Amino acid sequence: MKIALAHIAHARSGDKADWVDFGLFAWNDPGYRVIAREATAQRVQAHFAPWLVGQVDCWQMPNILAVKLVLRGALQGGGARNLRLDNLGKSMAGALLRMEAELTQAEWDSITKTPAVGWWPEAT
Amino acid sequence: MTSIRIGSGLGFYGDSWEPVVASVERGDVQFIASDHLAELTLAILQKDRQRDRALGYARDVVPMLLRLWPLMRPRGIRFICNAGGLNPQGAGEAVRAAFAAKGLQARIAVVSGDDALGILGDTAPSHMLNSQSFETVRGRMVFANAYLGARPIVDALAQGADIVITGRVADAALFLAPCIDAFGWKLEDATEAQDLDRLAQGLCVGHLLECSGQGAGGNFGSLARWKEIPDLAHIGYPIAEVASDGSALITKAPGTGGRVNFDTLRQQLLYEVHDPHAYISPDVVLDMSCLQLEDLGNDRVRVTGAKGRGRPAQLKVVGGYSDGFKAEVTWGFGWPDAWDKAQLAIDMVRTQLADRRIPHDELFVEFPGLNSANGALAPMPTAAGLADANEIWVRLVLRTQSKAVADGFGRLFPWMGLSGPAYTCGFTGLHNTGELLGIWPVLADRTLVEPKIRIEMMETGT
Repeated sequence: MKIALAHIAHARSGDKADWVDFGLFAWNDPGYRVIAREATAQRVQAHFAPWLVGQVDCWQMPNILAVKLVLRGALQGGGARNLRLDNLGKSMAGALLRMEAELTQAEWDSITKTPAVGWWPEAT
Repeated sequence: MTSIRIGSGLGFYGDSWEPVVASVERGDVQFIASDHLAELTLAILQKDRQRDRALGYARDVVPMLLRLWPLMRPRGIRFICNAGGLNPQGAGEAVRAAFAAKGLQARIAVVSGDDALGILGDTAPSHMLNSQSFETVRGRMVFANAYLGARPIVDALAQGADIVITGRVADAALFLAPCIDAFGWKLEDATEAQDLDRLAQGLCVGHLLECSGQGAGGNFGSLARWKEIPDLAHIGYPIAEVASDGSALITKAPGTGGRVNFDTLRQQLLYEVHDPHAYISPDVVLDMSCLQLEDLGNDRVRVTGAKGRGRPAQLKVVGGYSDGFKAEVTWGFGWPDAWDKAQLAIDMVRTQLADRRIPHDELFVEFPGLNSANGALAPMPTAAGLADANEIWVRLVLRTQSKAVADGFGRLFPWMGLSGPAYTCGFTGLHNTGELLGIWPVLADRTLVEPKIRIEMMETGT
């Protein structure tokens, strides 16, 4: 099955010069196994290619269930010369969360049945 | 001393200091560290300074301290900030004068020496990321400042400063410095793993706290779950309790909104980080790959395991250069045929640019409400949906090297209100020119920068 990363991970983006960087975070261990496999440099580069064609760097961080990604050439040269409304790329993590991951039904079941690692007292 | 508590101040020039009140009154902190400078804030400050040589610093530091200092001083809380911007002396003088007028007492240290415009002129370094030659921007460089480390702040604290005001320093150094001051950690002579690891812990803590509310559940990017974060209107900025071995607990003041947990802290941990195995600062290189964030619940997360490597021989310098102008217009079109009418209006603008041979580099067009946040990755409505849209908003931005051209761009529009497509509303941008800046990140040898660092003490109200 295919499912948007938004359903299995959360993300924040930031800017340094012309590069936008993303932290992509699974809510739990089974989610991390999927994002580590799916959110590769190559796949993320292909996801952004219809919009932005820069090189992508990727680091896996199993200690915090995260994937770190950097997309180069993402800001028309940098925040202070970028003409877009989102000149600093703060909304671009949302664009990353639109990316579809390919996973099995068993993986999806495991992700949805496993509680988040973090403290979310509202969760039932 | 076995541990200290540091509260987060501002996360940028323009941030709110009201949440700091809770940290001061109920957070049991000994230090507040406040980051006023984003990567290009110095460009804003440069414009201030061109108008008035006494300016060029983040002016919010004055009202912030007038609000907070009467609460901080009786508790012995010390304050560290980089609000000096391009003019740390000016910031110190402004605070001193404001304190004198109110009868407030403080020993203020001003740290300067980060200005590196001359160094760039002398050494002509190529762009760090794309190797572009310095000669292409020489003469257009507006500012250039080195990111200093913790040392001058540590020295200022050792000289008894209650308030330390710096120019550009590494953001996290604002938080690392009080740790070094309190625990006597080795800095330049840190060579053993234990010495480097605790510096790395201190740097990591600084990175977690340097963006104020972002370390406590603000700006938490996620589907649905962000709604569970309570009472963001009364967010508590993060507070770090750092032990002498560098291990830390991140929390916030009781009774405040927001959330400090594994998820909110991870988002901040990787924010604006590139290689997480080598987060380079002037004082230590942090490896996050062994870091452990242990969520203890109730807004408490334990941070341990940071690994440090020796500091780099060079300092990062970020320059900004003048890179043309933009002029920006927004315009709305109502039903029926809103999409087609917007397209016609865009065509009419392009026609005018061509007919009058108006020199420009680019006409950028986006549709707020449809694709301005996610660009081409935003799924557009179907053709039928666009054809029947309630309204369509267009944002057109002209990039040009000529200020006069930018100033004139807005005048291409008003006549179309009577002579173009119907049912338009909300036109803005008749006079909306902005100066564009390119960014010039480079590395500079410490030996070129550090001899210029100065600490100046000012006393008020004695």
